[in-house]
Amino acid sequence: MKRFTRTNLILLLVVVALAVAPLVLGLGRGEEPFAGADALAEEAIVASHPDYEPWFSSLYEPPSGEIESALFALQAALGAGFLGYYFGVARTRQRLRGTPEPGTTPVD
Amino acid sequence: MHIAEGYLPPVQAAAWFAVSTPFVVHGARSLVHEVRANPEAKLLLGASGAFAFVLSALKIPSVTGSCSHPTGVGLGAILFRAPVMSVLGTIVLLFQALLLAHGGLSTLGANVFSMAVVGPWVAYGVYRLGRRLGGGLGVSVFFAAALADLATYCVTSAQLALAFPDPDSGFVGALAKFGSIFALTQIPLAVSEGLLTVLVIRLLTRVSPDDLRRLGILRRPAPTPGAVA
Repeated sequence: MKRFTRTNLILLLVVVALAVAPLVLGLGRGEEPFAGADALAEEAIVASHPDYEPWFSSLYEPPSGEIESALFALQAALGAGFLGYYFGVARTRQRLRGTPEPGTTPVD
Repeated sequence: MHIAEGYLPPVQAAAWFAVSTPFVVHGARSLVHEVRANPEAKLLLGASGAFAFVLSALKIPSVTGSCSHPTGVGLGAILFRAPVMSVLGTIVLLFQALLLAHGGLSTLGANVFSMAVVGPWVAYGVYRLGRRLGGGLGVSVFFAAALADLATYCVTSAQLALAFPDPDSGFVGALAKFGSIFALTQIPLAVSEGLLTVLVIRLLTRVSPDDLRRLGILRRPAPTPGAVA
């Protein structure tokens, strides 16, 4: 395996390990382990300021957790889809320009 | 880092809008200018936005036993400077506020300030500083993206502490409380974001060396050996 590819794989593996480690180590606490930090902040506000009334509510709220996760997946898919498209286009463009010899300037 | 809809007092919500608006307007101008001057940059601009779209949708578990998400604004800020990312970050936040009930319209100004203003500027600043101090591309990009991510969550913590000071310990106590919810959780995620941004930049040096040279990321005359994948 080339060094470039190997380094990339290691980077990816470290990211995966960082995400999986808390789950494997069972670091989740409370009634709902691994709740969102945004929701926890909301709870903390309600706990310290029980009188506070949110004065504005969302125009649209996903009717269920399923719909919400579908929309999150859609967001990720749109982003990942475009990134994949970009790398496909850029790689092909670079290839069609021909492989320059190492140390020479590629044709502009 | 999304402050929920309605969870900032009206005056503060309005104040954050006032602070963020000039950055976004200036960013929109830079974006138009960039596209006019370099039409071929459009695709890479889109890819930078797409990166923020993916990363801010991924909720990742952290050592504190809660979940949070990276922001993905570092990449675009390094490539195209901070103002452009203020616009793209705002688009991401608007999408989440309107469709996902995540964040909100009333708190958009505050959320834009943390994720689309402070984040990109920290990324850009740290990147430039890193390169000036002689840091390599990878190291500079890593610290730029990771610190931008962390800074975003520190700003959110401060915004909430300002709005909801602790009844006993005041602003400082509240800052510690929200900091432990957001900033602490974010440390491993910031590392992840840094590594992912380095990965994307590495791939870009292979597939788009010309673009990176034009943007000043790679030095002009010396192409990286084996620049073609």
